[in-house]
Order: sequence, then C-alpha cells, then structure tokens
Amino acid sequence: MSGAVPDPIIRVRGLVNRFGAQVVHDGVDLEVRRGEILGVVGGSGSGKSVLMRSITGLRRPTGGEIEVLGIDALNASDADRRKIERNSGLLFQDGALFSSLTVGENVQVPLKEHHPELPEPLLYELALLKVKLSGLPADAVHKLPSQLSGGMRKRAGLARALALDPPLLFLDEPTAGLDPIGAAAFDRLVRTLQQALGLTVFLITHDLDTLYAICDRVAVLADKKLVACAPLAEIEQLEHPWVREYFHGPRARAARKAGGPGLTAEASC
Amino acid sequence: MSERDPQPRITTGEPDGALRLSGSWTLAHADAIAAALEAAPTDARGLDASDVTRLDSLGVLQLLRFARRRGLDFAGFRFSDEHQPLVSAIDDVADDRPHRKREYGVAEALARLGRAVHNNWKEVLALLAFLGEVLVKMLRLVREPGRFRATPTVHHMEQVGLDAVPLVFLLCYLVGAVIAFLGANVLREFGATQFVVELVSIAFLREFAVLLAAIILAGRTASAFTAHIGSMVSREEVDAIRALGLDPIDLLVIPRVTALLVMLPMLTFLGMIAGLLGGLSVGAFGLDIPPQQYLARMQDTMDLRHMWVGLSKAPVFAMLIGLIGCLEGLQVTGTAQSVGERTTSSVVQSISVVIILDAFAAMWFMEMGW
Repeated sequence: MSGAVPDPIIRVRGLVNRFGAQVVHDGVDLEVRRGEILGVVGGSGSGKSVLMRSITGLRRPTGGEIEVLGIDALNASDADRRKIERNSGLLFQDGALFSSLTVGENVQVPLKEHHPELPEPLLYELALLKVKLSGLPADAVHKLPSQLSGGMRKRAGLARALALDPPLLFLDEPTAGLDPIGAAAFDRLVRTLQQALGLTVFLITHDLDTLYAICDRVAVLADKKLVACAPLAEIEQLEHPWVREYFHGPRARAARKAGGPGLTAEASC
Repeated sequence: MSERDPQPRITTGEPDGALRLSGSWTLAHADAIAAALEAAPTDARGLDASDVTRLDSLGVLQLLRFARRRGLDFAGFRFSDEHQPLVSAIDDVADDRPHRKREYGVAEALARLGRAVHNNWKEVLALLAFLGEVLVKMLRLVREPGRFRATPTVHHMEQVGLDAVPLVFLLCYLVGAVIAFLGANVLREFGATQFVVELVSIAFLREFAVLLAAIILAGRTASAFTAHIGSMVSREEVDAIRALGLDPIDLLVIPRVTALLVMLPMLTFLGMIAGLLGGLSVGAFGLDIPPQQYLARMQDTMDLRHMWVGLSKAPVFAMLIGLIGCLEGLQVTGTAQSVGERTTSSVVQSISVVIILDAFAAMWFMEMGW
C-alpha cells in the first residue's frame, strides 16, 4: 500500500465555498496524513459534506487549493483526475447503490470501468471478496439493494468503495441511522479494514461513539473555518463554545467513558 | 504511481522448492499476475511472497485461487509483515462461496413469459379496481365538497392544459395542413379539390383533434404523473400521507384526474381550430381556395354533430390517461429502475388504450349514424 503516496495525502488550502450569497467555507485549511482516520465534525450546515464533495471533485469550490495524492485536484488533467478517482473510494450516506443492480454487480461497476481486461470469473470472485470483507454474508452478492436493511446497504456501499483497493476512503456519516450495535460493529469494521488495507480514512460523522472509538484525529468545522484539527484529547481542552458544548454534553461524557480517548489519540500524534 | 511499479515476477530454484514472488502484485498488473501464475512450474511445493513490494486484495485473491488450483496449502505461504494483516483479513472470509445464480434456459424463459402474462392480467384488474375507487371517491366529493383540493387542481390544470397549448396547437395545425395537402393531390385527379374542406373538417372534428390532444397528453402528462407520484412512493411520501390520516386518492389522484377532465376537452377544441386553420392555410396558399370560400363551404357541408362526436370522446380519454398515469405511479416499488419502467409503461398503456378505444368509438358512432 505504501508506494509513492506523499505525506500528507490530502492538503486543503484556503478553501472557499459559496452558494449564492451564502458562505459555507471561508478559508478552510486541512491536512490529512497518510494512514490515519480523520473524523470531521461540525453542526448541521457547517459544510462537512461540501468539504468532502470539494475534495473528491464532485463540486468545484469557489476558491482555494486542494491537493490529493500530490496532484493539484482543481487544475488536474483528465488523466490525473482519473488517477485520483481510481485511488479514492466514497461511501455516501445511504450507500447510493445502483438500485437496479445486485450488490455484486454494484461492486463490479468500478472494476469493470477501470479494469476492463479482468476476466468475468475473477471479477465475480473479487466482488464476492469485497462483499465479505465488508461484513456481509456471501449470499448478499445476489441481492438487490432494496432487499437489504439500512446497515447492510451501508456495508454494500463500503464494499463498492473498496472495489479498487483505494488507499483513500471517504465516509459520509457511516453510522447514521444504524442501531448502536450495528454502529459499533461498523466502527470496528472500518478500523479493521483501515489496518488490513492500509487505508487513509476521511470520516464525516455526528456520532461521538465513532469519534472516541476509531478516530486518530478530529477536525472541527465551525464558523465557516476549521477551528481545530488534533487528537481528541486536545480538542476536548479547546475553549471554543461549539466545541465545548459538543464534547462536554451528556452524550459526549457517555461516549468518552465507553471509548476512552487516550487509547486512540496516542496512535497518531 | 502504479505505472512505475515493478512487474510481478516469479523466480524458481529455491532449495525448498518454493516459488519466490517479487514485484508489485496489484490490480494494475492483473494481466501480468494471471500470466505469471499460469506459467509457474507445476512441481512447486510452496510460495514465498515476502519480497513483494506492493500487494492488494486482487493479488491475495489470485494467490488463493492459485493455491486452490494447484492443491497447495495457502496457510504455508510466506508474506512480509507489512502484508500479513491484509492476507489474514482476506483468508478469513475466503471460504463459503455461494453458487452463481443462472437465469437462462428454456424453462426460465417460459416462466418469465407466464409471469408477464399473469402480470398483464393483474394490471387490467388493478386499473378497473382503481377506476371504481376513484369514481366512488369522486362521488363522495358531491356529499363532502370540503374534501376537494382546489389549489392543486388549478395547478395541475395549468401544467396539463395551459402549458400544452402551444404544442397541441402547432402539431394540430401541421397535421391539418399535411392532410389538406396530401388529400388535395389525390382529389385533384378527380377534379374535386374543393372536397379538401370536408376531408380536413371531418377528420379533425371527429378524430384527429381529440386523438392528437390525447396522445400528446398521454406522452406529456401521464408520464409526469407517474414519475412524480412514483418518486413520492419511493421516498415514502405516500405512506406519510396515509399515516397522517389523509387519502392519497383525494390528495394526489383526484386533482390530477379532474384537471385532465377539464383541460382535455378544451385542448381538443383548440386542436380542432388549429387543424381547420391548417387546412385553411393550405387552401389559401396552395390550392387557390380563398378563405371566404373555404369557410362558406364548411358552413354549407358540416354539421355540428361532428364536433360533438369528437368532443364527447375527450373526457373518456382524459379519465383513462389520468387513471393510468396515477395508478402506475402508485405501483412503483422503490427503486429508480422501477420509476423508469412504470413511466414507460404508463405512456405505452395510455397511448394504446386511447387509440384502441378511438377505433371502437369510430365504428360505434358510424353504426349509430351520428
């Protein structure tokens, strides 16, 4: 997994995003290091998803610079753009599986697109492997997304995001809408896959349990800027009003007890 | 990155008879991996992949398949510490492979045909049931006028009727002109060019105006109804309507059907005028029949009953188009594909129903001497 991937793997400088008169980002700076799980938090409407869409090229930001895998993402040639796409996997909020294809076919879509030379049986086995790596039972490959529960759809979406073995994985609220047991299992799955496949994970979440359980560092979006990007233990000490309210509310206390921040904070910094 | 990676390679001649792997065993080199494993000597007794620089899940999968094919013990393969987590993660899930489902063959094809026939029959029944339900609920409106939703009805009238005016007018005008032109070419040989007036008038008053307007609305409106209601169903909005104690028929279907019932006769009337104008224009500019003469001949030869025959079909067509559009929308099952299929089906159904019914109506009106 190592190769010539530069460190940091994502670098965002002075990002500005405007929708008409509404300013979402006004000078966001962010670095994602190789091999870490970065949790991105912020209130509703603080632009977490917009940040992810800007980095992944789904939305052209109003201003600023974005560098992914050492490539200037905003002025990249088509070939470079494809390289970024090939090297990053996205999990959307509800999986965003193609509803007319089975789970297995969904996973095969990126494989067929980027590697048309692979023979059919190998494609199938590779898709099956990803489905099972994502924690789904093997017979799920033949099921349609509408036959799956919400949690299984997320796992299937993860399998598709991992299809090309990308070093970079973007997760948009992976545990939203899951029951606590399913959410905890999904957290563990992300951690396991991150270690086994050597992934760098950019994870948007509202879930404090996720933050405490698996994130190496946490980035906080508020007031149209990135107010902090540090291990949880440091973030908790910040004096910023939103951060205080977020990390010192009753839910945060419960999550801290369960996850234990010190354990993961040391892992990266 | 991957472009500069060393190719995957297998070297032999280890003292313990193991194959020695090197290079980059990743998706980018899928072809080379397959070729290298294919060419590997058959007497290999083990495999050492600890020199591999890059390894991804395709590489591991191919080695697993290789071990399976050659009857080697995968657990005995050696990997570098860096790759060990990946290998064990994949090895953990690699067993238990479901059989691939196959849906080919004669039996399957027959089964699909049977299902299709059965489904078509169910659609007919569903349409009849839906017609009954909507009629009952429309009658209930007479007793409880408070249930009637005026605002959405007017909104749909604008979308269904007013917005379709330019299209209906243009198409009817052009078809009227074409009929006059082609008819005159034939009639001229009998010295009966004047009869173009009757040709265009009868064709448009009795058939073409209502048929064209209905087909345009079937394409334009039935599809819009299906897509709109269908996406509401797939986003559980219709369930929400029911859960709030409201009736989706009252809320969604009746305003749309009412709007069609009001607007299709009006569009038909407009289509008649446009078609007659088309004939009139061709008469004036191409056939030397001045407008005064054209209109005078229409006055002499046409009965009002032709127009009533045409207009009387409009509400029936309107009802069918509205019902089919709404029913197909309500039958959507959640997937994006289902919305697409239902929309296609609603257009196909409403156009065919309109044309079939029009054929029967034409025969019936002729037999009745109307």
